[in-house]
Amino acid sequence: MLTTRPFTYAAPTTIADAVALIDTGGPGTKFLAGGTTLYDLMKLGVETPAAVVDLGRIPELAIVDTTGDQLVIGAGARMCDVAEDPVLLHDYPALAESLSLAASQQLRTMATVGGNLLQRTRCAYFRAGAPFACNKRDPGSGCAAREGIDRVHAVLGVSDSCIATYAGDWAVALLAFDALVDVVGPGGERTLPVADLHREPGDTPQIEHTLAPNELIVRIRVPPTDTGRASTYLKIRDRESYAFALASAAVGLAVDGDVVRNARIALGGVATRPWRARAAEESLIDAPVTADTARRAGRIAFADARPGRHNGYKIELGARTVANALLIAAQRSVR
Amino acid sequence: MDRFPRDTTGSASRSGFSGRLHVQMVVNGRDVERDLDPRESLLDLLRERLALTGTKKGCDHGQCGACTVHIDGRRVLSCLTLAAKANGAHVTTIEGVAAADGSPHPLQQAFVDYDALQCGYCTPGQIMAGLACIAEGHATDEAQIREYLSGNLCRCGAYAGIVAAVRATAAAQEGGC
Repeated sequence: MLTTRPFTYAAPTTIADAVALIDTGGPGTKFLAGGTTLYDLMKLGVETPAAVVDLGRIPELAIVDTTGDQLVIGAGARMCDVAEDPVLLHDYPALAESLSLAASQQLRTMATVGGNLLQRTRCAYFRAGAPFACNKRDPGSGCAAREGIDRVHAVLGVSDSCIATYAGDWAVALLAFDALVDVVGPGGERTLPVADLHREPGDTPQIEHTLAPNELIVRIRVPPTDTGRASTYLKIRDRESYAFALASAAVGLAVDGDVVRNARIALGGVATRPWRARAAEESLIDAPVTADTARRAGRIAFADARPGRHNGYKIELGARTVANALLIAAQRSVR
Repeated sequence: MDRFPRDTTGSASRSGFSGRLHVQMVVNGRDVERDLDPRESLLDLLRERLALTGTKKGCDHGQCGACTVHIDGRRVLSCLTLAAKANGAHVTTIEGVAAADGSPHPLQQAFVDYDALQCGYCTPGQIMAGLACIAEGHATDEAQIREYLSGNLCRCGAYAGIVAAVRATAAAQEGGC
């Protein structure tokens, strides 16, 4: 029954208390938001915190305000609630879709939009552990995926140490819109772009993000953009619902007359971190969105792809996903 | 009600962390108090300590939906919910959905009428997810029901009957039945 390592537990009611507790707990203390990733990985023995700070009873962490120029979304807000925010649905459909196409409604009810940013990979070798080597789980042990069944693994941002795919959707859509995260630590608050939150694996795949262990994401902010309305999150999966992306694209367009003035393209399911495709974006500027320009942008997005043994299909699938997302977004620009 | 687990070990409270928790919650209308290990899932609390075995353990990792229950009216996976998170909450399980006289909930009856199960192991989770799907307003057409029930796997493949049962129950509620 209790396969999880023993830990002690605290449930503070303010952000200040949560940050103080993470220091009191010392090394091995972890924040737990919805718990859908952390508790799962604790049962698998991947995560072994000595102490847990449950963030679920902090009302100030869940404040959402989408009425201003920028979207302000508290890190503790539930994925299911933010997915149905009327402003997101109307003005940033890519953001809303990235949430509603993720997980299941039960998981979205539990999971928070802050915790989801740091969702860990679904690489089966990482989850299984011994006898399989995994540099992310046990640094220096090797990577079983590179010589194994790498069908769902990444083709962008990979290294000799790790090819594990970043599994999330929401961060991909946020990346497309240059979103920011506000982070609180013992030294106070700082802000960083979502673009600077996740790391490529390099030779330290166990370090997945740029936050200190005692820093807490308190809110996400999305600055004003002309690419929100004509946007979409297109997610291609092995089954029609409730699966991780084999390839996904968050796309936003600003179209003036027939030509693109601004384009945002970010990729999921194909890279080791949320992946911005800037060269593909630039290829569309001052061009119309047609099947040809969309396909060309898709190919450019995967120009640097490095396939493994069983995941080469993701290059064509991903390029077509980008192209279809661009055509969907372009349709939305004329509504 | 005290919303926060009370430390029952004494010494650990100085750090703010506890190794043993005291929780109170209302399960299917009954007040429940227990001491528990922080590691304990809501699913294990329900099944192993409260003898509410209607909620099923399928994968225990949030992949199958068999353990779906409601916390404060919203559906969650009890296997990935720390029992401590339900402290102070109202929990509803499959044992709590029938009428006071024991007659089945209309959705339970619809599962019988529409042949929505074979082995039955996923059924409690399907029904708890279906009830939530209807309450959320996500049972307006078949495609939407399929999407919002996609977190509940049925290895017997009774999906057609499950969707029909949810759809019929939602339509009957809409019609004021």
